[in-house]
Amino acid sequence: MSLVEVTKVSRVYQMGEVEVLALRDVSLSIEEAAFVSLVGPSGSGKTTLLNLMGCLDRPTAGEITVDGQKLNDLNRREAANFRGRRLGFVFQNFSLIPVLTARENVEYPLIMVMNRPRDEREKAVKEVLEAVGMWEMRNKRPAQLSGGQMQRVAVARALVGRPKLVLADEPTANLDFKSASMVIRLMRKMKDNFGTTFIFSTHDPRIVGEAEVIYRLDDGKLIGTEQNSGRRQNND
Amino acid sequence: MINIFRIAVRNLFRHRRKTLLSSLLITIGVLMVVLFSSGAGSFKTLMIGQITDASLAQIQIHKKGFVSSIDTMPLHLNLSPKAYKKVKDILDKNPQVDCYAPRIKLGAVLSNYLETTNIRLNAIKPDSEIRVCPALRERFTFKGKPPGESLIKPGEIIIPDRLAKGLDIKIGDTVVVVAHNKDGSVNGLNFTVAGIVETLLGPQGKEGYIHIKDARTLLRIDRPEVTEVAIRIKDFDRLNAVYSDIKAALSEYKNPRGKPIFEIHTWEKLSPFHNIANMIDLMTVSMKIVMIAIVLISVLNLMMMSVYERVREIGTITAIGTPPAKVMGLFLAEGFSLGLFSTLLGNTIAIAGIYLLNIYEVRFSFGRMENLLLSPSVNFSELLWVSAIVLVVSVFATLQPAYRAARMKPVDALRHV
Repeated sequence: MSLVEVTKVSRVYQMGEVEVLALRDVSLSIEEAAFVSLVGPSGSGKTTLLNLMGCLDRPTAGEITVDGQKLNDLNRREAANFRGRRLGFVFQNFSLIPVLTARENVEYPLIMVMNRPRDEREKAVKEVLEAVGMWEMRNKRPAQLSGGQMQRVAVARALVGRPKLVLADEPTANLDFKSASMVIRLMRKMKDNFGTTFIFSTHDPRIVGEAEVIYRLDDGKLIGTEQNSGRRQNND
Repeated sequence: MINIFRIAVRNLFRHRRKTLLSSLLITIGVLMVVLFSSGAGSFKTLMIGQITDASLAQIQIHKKGFVSSIDTMPLHLNLSPKAYKKVKDILDKNPQVDCYAPRIKLGAVLSNYLETTNIRLNAIKPDSEIRVCPALRERFTFKGKPPGESLIKPGEIIIPDRLAKGLDIKIGDTVVVVAHNKDGSVNGLNFTVAGIVETLLGPQGKEGYIHIKDARTLLRIDRPEVTEVAIRIKDFDRLNAVYSDIKAALSEYKNPRGKPIFEIHTWEKLSPFHNIANMIDLMTVSMKIVMIAIVLISVLNLMMMSVYERVREIGTITAIGTPPAKVMGLFLAEGFSLGLFSTLLGNTIAIAGIYLLNIYEVRFSFGRMENLLLSPSVNFSELLWVSAIVLVVSVFATLQPAYRAARMKPVDALRHV
């Protein structure tokens, strides 16, 4: 069974008196431990699809199932609980909490969402921060880190609760190419280490090539799917 | 919970200047209330102490109708020996009554052989009177009288300071006191001025003192009747309860027409200072209302701005699964922490201020009373009340912004620019 099942999903936004069709009848299926990219120009529906798969928004029509859970049926509290325990998020602008250190940012979901005991938290935080190469910088606040370092901390925060699925919306958009490549390679490494499925959106063709599966979107429609097994083998 | 407060405190210091400004406003509000209630409370306690311990006593019992005619000091409204015995029986049985003293009040004419003037006299039984009004001696100025000696002996008179000054009467002088008796005849007695009494606020504040035996001689009263019975109770905080107990016991005694024989009053009904005390209480309440407004506006403004500035951050923490209740808890903890910090600071400065006021003595005059010493003290129950009010109002002011933050849809919040 697939980890993510998107079936005939549409999303319509009401902008004043105008209806904007952000997604039209999209269906796709993503397997466990996949490294998937959503590609398309700005306004093609990438973020909308990620938001729907991430239980941040509800589809106007269609059905989404993630890890066996139908997302359409969840209320606000259940949705928050589902996101906290089964999903991880990486955002374009890093979205770290500025008053917390790198370590505390990573620890945050374990405290506020999962209520894990202290020793368990410390172990999990150390493991992911070492995995993303940020353990030495653990006591720095976001303002003291570079963009690439902040995104590595954000990846660590997304992974610390060991979710099955991490959704990353334009994770490299605010980074230079070197940092962007490093973050994508890091995400792939994490996927290999932890068996986590990564779905990230991008419009950077140099980054797209890192994905195993590429879904191309345009004007809210899924216009193509590509398997990128050659690139994956090269990386391995 | 500790982690929520840790994050809340750090969030507060994100914009230090803004937070410190709001905190300073609350601190000033707390400081204002604590200092005012402490100073005003000290003044009130001092004045009530002066009135009850050095003049009126805490409770007085009279024959029904006396207080409404007090300006004429009618002798026919004295308590008969039988009525006085009934009062004594009631007071002796009440365990809350510490002591009581009989008094005869009379109006007379005072002469120094050159000039005459009216004088209101309080005829007392010195041993009982000093127990009921322990601060009475402090109002008296004697010349060479040992501290342990009786306040006043038969043949002696204590003259109010204003009269002594006006008639140029000095301690040791001889004066004549002439008074109308109950039957309308006039009688006079010579007295030696044994001391001068300081004027005090209130109806009994300008009265002279003689021994109760002299009053009976002067007024030709054969029987041991009295005008009033002054009472001191063991616990002043239980004044109203004791008053009610005695009043209930006295109300059982009625005249042949079925009307009550006695009337009883606390100092509050007898002294105009009670109205001033009420005004002080009202001003303290007003100060608290101003403080509540300051806290409400400061915290509400800070927290509303905080939520508005952190919409994307709220979107992030909501997106990663923070439950709405915890998002709300985060902001409530910020409001609570701001209130707690400010109230602790305000209370600390207020305690230091009170300490300094006690070191550098503040003296003042009130009416004819001069050189009164203000001794403000820290009232810990007041501190607790003020702190509780600030904390509750801080949390209340944070409710709306916190609720707004908790209700934000993550997808909208993340899109916020």
